[in-house]
Amino acid sequence: MSTWDWQVFCKDTIDGKIVPSCFGSGGDITYLDWLLSAWGWTLSVSALALLVALLLGSLMGILRTTPHRGLVLLGNAWTELFRNIPLLVQIFLWYHVVPALIPPLRSVPSFILVVLGLGLFTSARISEQVRAGIQSLAGGQRMAGLAMGFTLPQTYRHVLLPMAYRIIIPPLTSESMNIIKNSSVAFAVSISELTLFALQAQEETSRGIEVYLAVTGLYFVSAFAINRAMLFVENRVRVPGMIGGGGH
Amino acid sequence: MPMIEMKNVSKWYGTFQVLAECSTQVEKGEVIVVCGPSGSGKSTLIKCVNGLEPFQQGEILVNDISVGDPKTNLPKLRARVGMVFQHFELFPHMTITENLSIAQIKVLGRSRDEATERGLKLLERVGLKEQAAKHPGQLSGGQQQRVAIARALSMDPICMLFDEPTSALDPEMINEVLDVMVELAQEGMTMMVVTHEMGFARKVAHRVVFMDQGRIVEDDAKEAFFGSPRSERAQQFLSKILHH
Ligand SMILES: Nc1ncnc2c1ncn2[C@@H]1O[C@H](COP(=O)(O)OP(=O)(O)O)[C@@H](O)[C@H]1O
Ligand SMILES: [Mg+2]
Repeated sequence: MSTWDWQVFCKDTIDGKIVPSCFGSGGDITYLDWLLSAWGWTLSVSALALLVALLLGSLMGILRTTPHRGLVLLGNAWTELFRNIPLLVQIFLWYHVVPALIPPLRSVPSFILVVLGLGLFTSARISEQVRAGIQSLAGGQRMAGLAMGFTLPQTYRHVLLPMAYRIIIPPLTSESMNIIKNSSVAFAVSISELTLFALQAQEETSRGIEVYLAVTGLYFVSAFAINRAMLFVENRVRVPGMIGGGGH
Repeated sequence: MPMIEMKNVSKWYGTFQVLAECSTQVEKGEVIVVCGPSGSGKSTLIKCVNGLEPFQQGEILVNDISVGDPKTNLPKLRARVGMVFQHFELFPHMTITENLSIAQIKVLGRSRDEATERGLKLLERVGLKEQAAKHPGQLSGGQQQRVAIARALSMDPICMLFDEPTSALDPEMINEVLDVMVELAQEGMTMMVVTHEMGFARKVAHRVVFMDQGRIVEDDAKEAFFGSPRSERAQQFLSKILHH
């Protein structure tokens, strides 16, 4: 346990022999191969869940700011439901309970269920941010849009949302970073992502430190990349003459 | 047929009555000034005209179209009623040119070229041609309000509503906005203007409406209003704003 042994990643996962190129061939895989594939699963779960969360979270956030009481209620109920149940419990609900209640879902791969679970959980949080962003514009912009003859959807599309999204880029950034971190719950339903890799690889190789350091590094790199990308976007869409791109 | 006709309009927020049996009309080409103390319901009244605020009783006709009728296509009606707000409400993420053309394109279906050309012509008219590529945040308040007027005009409105267009401006910028409005009035635009700028009222208004606590308590020809307002409240109000 005294020295680090990074060669562990070059070992074949079946016979434990070190492969010179560190990448397996002919169907054999090394721990490095496994690590990279696990990273791929983490990124896939995160990216798809983020897509689901952005779409549904935006929709629900928007509904909560409409003048229609029924739609507001729907958005509020959605948000409270998915915000107030722990994420891990939601994942288990999707995995064990929902397919039992809705038989056609039994054939849906657990990858999809995890994407839905993580996506809906995060959609509640994004719904909060979108609602707050729209409401921070106060009533003046909405009235100005409507007064020009825009329909309500056009007012959202051309007037309210472009500014609201600019305002909420910072919280959306942390939500996107959270989703990478939260994707680790997928191990609970046996998705072969980074956390599951860490658990299994350290068991097989007894090289927990190297394994966890590598996994930690990849989580960090992924979240950091999102952070940078969002900063880039924030700068690209910054409105001239406005401090911080915010409202007024 | 008046351009704007209000008949016994009443509105409540919960149990609080903001508007009480308000009736007035604006003829085509007429300019009326609405004044009254803060909280008397002036903004609410003017927002009822283009249906931005719903009202529970009475009737408002704009160009013979009933605003309160659920069957009325409000976006279509609003597209023809220009509105200028106290806080300008330009769209901050768009350039001045885009601010002037977006509704022409999306609402009236004009081509981008046509809309841009019309927008730039109006921008020139309010003296801001050089600012076309800027964003609203880069303009002074007075300039923003002139753009807002040009934006409303870009839709070829049949009448214009102004809600305290100069009260958020630094004093030295008030006149540049009033000048544009005076010119508009002199060209025959039908205007309903909430303002305390009595100089403007004296110059171009045909009638002055005075509101207090949700009621229209004076509705007089300009000469009569400035000569001898009947109600004590109106007299007090006038002496206050004329001598402050
Ligand atoms: N959304 C609202 N809910 C409740 N009360 C309101 C609302 N908007 C305005 N009011 C009240 O209605 C009254 C008239 O407001 P407003 O039309 O803005 O007056 P003015 O423009 O003459 O200052 C005020 O007492 C104000 O507090
Ligand atoms: Mg007001």
